[in-house]
Amino acid sequence: MSGSEPGENRLPARGADPLDHYVDTAPFDPEAAVRLSPEQERFYLSGQWRLMWLKFKKHRLAVVSGLFLLLVYGSILVSEMLAPVAYDFRNTDFLKAPPQEIHWVRDGAFTGPYVHGYDVSLDMETMSWRYTIDRETVMPLRFFCTGGDYPGARYEFWGLVESSFHVVCPSEGGYFYWLGTDRLGRDMLSRIIQGARISLTVGLIGVAISFTLGVLLGGLAGYYGGLIDSTVQRAIEVVRSFPSLPLWMALSAAMPVNWSPIIVFMGISVILGLLDWPGLARAVRSKLLALREEDFVTAAELMGARPRRIIARHLLPSFSSHLIASATLTIPAMILGETALSFLGLGLRPPITSWGVLLNEAQNFNAIVNTPWLLYPAVPVILVVLAFQFLGDGLRDAADPYK
Amino acid sequence: MIDYIARRLLVMIPTLFIISVLVFVIIQLPPGDYLETLVAELQSQGEAVSQERIAFYRQEYGLGEPIWKQFAVWFWGLLQGNMGYSFEYEMPVADVVGDRIWLTILVSFSTILFIYLVSFPIGVYSAVRQYSLGDYTLTFIGFIGLATPNFLLALILMYLANQWFGISIGGLVDPALRDAPFSLEKLLDILGHLWVPVIVIGTAGTAGMIRRLRANLLDELHKQYVTTARAKGVPPRKLLMKYPLRMALNPFIADIGNLLPEIISGAAIVSVVLSLETTGPMLLGALQSQDMYLAGSFLMALALLTVVGNLLSDLALAALDPRIRLGAEAAR
Repeated sequence: MSGSEPGENRLPARGADPLDHYVDTAPFDPEAAVRLSPEQERFYLSGQWRLMWLKFKKHRLAVVSGLFLLLVYGSILVSEMLAPVAYDFRNTDFLKAPPQEIHWVRDGAFTGPYVHGYDVSLDMETMSWRYTIDRETVMPLRFFCTGGDYPGARYEFWGLVESSFHVVCPSEGGYFYWLGTDRLGRDMLSRIIQGARISLTVGLIGVAISFTLGVLLGGLAGYYGGLIDSTVQRAIEVVRSFPSLPLWMALSAAMPVNWSPIIVFMGISVILGLLDWPGLARAVRSKLLALREEDFVTAAELMGARPRRIIARHLLPSFSSHLIASATLTIPAMILGETALSFLGLGLRPPITSWGVLLNEAQNFNAIVNTPWLLYPAVPVILVVLAFQFLGDGLRDAADPYK
Repeated sequence: MIDYIARRLLVMIPTLFIISVLVFVIIQLPPGDYLETLVAELQSQGEAVSQERIAFYRQEYGLGEPIWKQFAVWFWGLLQGNMGYSFEYEMPVADVVGDRIWLTILVSFSTILFIYLVSFPIGVYSAVRQYSLGDYTLTFIGFIGLATPNFLLALILMYLANQWFGISIGGLVDPALRDAPFSLEKLLDILGHLWVPVIVIGTAGTAGMIRRLRANLLDELHKQYVTTARAKGVPPRKLLMKYPLRMALNPFIADIGNLLPEIISGAAIVSVVLSLETTGPMLLGALQSQDMYLAGSFLMALALLTVVGNLLSDLALAALDPRIRLGAEAAR
């Protein structure tokens, strides 16, 4: 810092008169005014996704819903093990049996969970089975059993490997129908657990399709504008002016009857997805319209980036969080749609088991009066839809962490 | 304004045309045409097939002609108000549909009314008293309403209505009056039955509307002009009515466009459960028996209803808010 060269001699020579204004010799500290704690510093320096995560975590309900959904989606991997009975096993001794209550205490002493048996008699007047609880029979529940020593214990895991492992199961030779049985004597609890596999994946596949379509069409419309934009706009308007359910009904009724259940399942997912993209396409389009005026897009264009690269590398990441949030919010509509279609008998058909297929049994008025437990599959539908709604709300709030 | 109306009407034409193409494609989707099925069915039952009938259908729909010609025949018929001929009922679709369309319109209209009447006060309350116990309770109920499948609600409400009020199960009209000519008594009877489907169909829409109104009003309430007005001592009620509420009202009108398809969808399944004499059950029946022209006409009628509803809501919005008819189109 010594001014030895000529022309660089800014500081006065040693011993000369002081400068007429004061210069602090201490090194400059930009944080002198506001000192950031390490946490604050980490917060200010963290990237977009981390900020979102921090904001999302504050939304308690959304976090709980997310965990719940993880659990439920995890369960579809091992549905057969969680179900106490094979979902398609018909116990002809217990048709339309009411739910069994789980008891914990017997004669004043804690015994662990057990259920009472039924006394079955045929009511000759109404020609229906009448069930009374037989307090003498006690069937303790077992956990992590592999014996396969009760009716309906054997199943094929994912239709491939035969097994008889269950997380919960009745006592040897006993039965356990916590949520009752349907008209063919099949366990409702097991069927609900099994139905989750189909009902939940329909939503995912449908969303994947509508997501792809929405991003593609919305992206094209928003980026190019002009003719493409007005075509897509018109298409959106057409699809939106159809009441979705009647259209779903028509499309699924048009599926040939001789299609195998799996293809029907795929078909339904595609139908649900095909009609759901306009909302997403609109969101993508309006976001793109706003973003393409930004400087970084002009910069990329000037550097010779092609539209595909600009859309995929520069534009999409800037609002992908919004996309994820809105996709999450469309899944419940799909799940409800599948349920409604199957309920009407136009969607999935047995032997495929989904919540809608199960509810199809509870279609008429008598079902509610005589066998109200057939309505239980509605409970997971409501819970899952609610959870997606809360999760989606949380994600949407978190999607814009700078706000 | 006239300009705007004309433009909107012009836009409707291609939209409706594309919709009709789509509907026709859907009609044609099931393998084989109806005649083949019919002939095969009758022959398997050992019945003679009336040549006249076959000739009639052939001529009416141009069956056996190239596909575009069939479409032209169908579309031309639609334009003339001829919705085709129902194979199953063996009479013109217009006669089959008749009353049902009006009942559908009645149900949809009452549902919209219901949604507005219920969601407006609740939405305003939730926004003004944000985070109060009432707000939380109402929001929670709204969420449940959003998440419950319509048909389930219908089943439960029908059961309760029957248990508590003794209303006949299913239908919009008491069985005794079903075939009676239209009279005041019948109208009152219909109104007495109407509330169950209206509540069921309207719940989801109401919940959604409350959420939107609440969010909009909250945005508006946090703006600076509200603070200014409050600082100047404008009484809270007058302040609310005069400015933010008006601003938050737009979605109420604009959302008819979103509500209408939703309501018609909801009505379709609810009326199947409640066996209302609306279009829903008949559409389902037509789809199941592959009476595709009947189904197609229903789809077309429902889509038309929605498009017209959207048009009306857009016009109302344009009348209310000059920015829309002048600004939005020009800025594009």
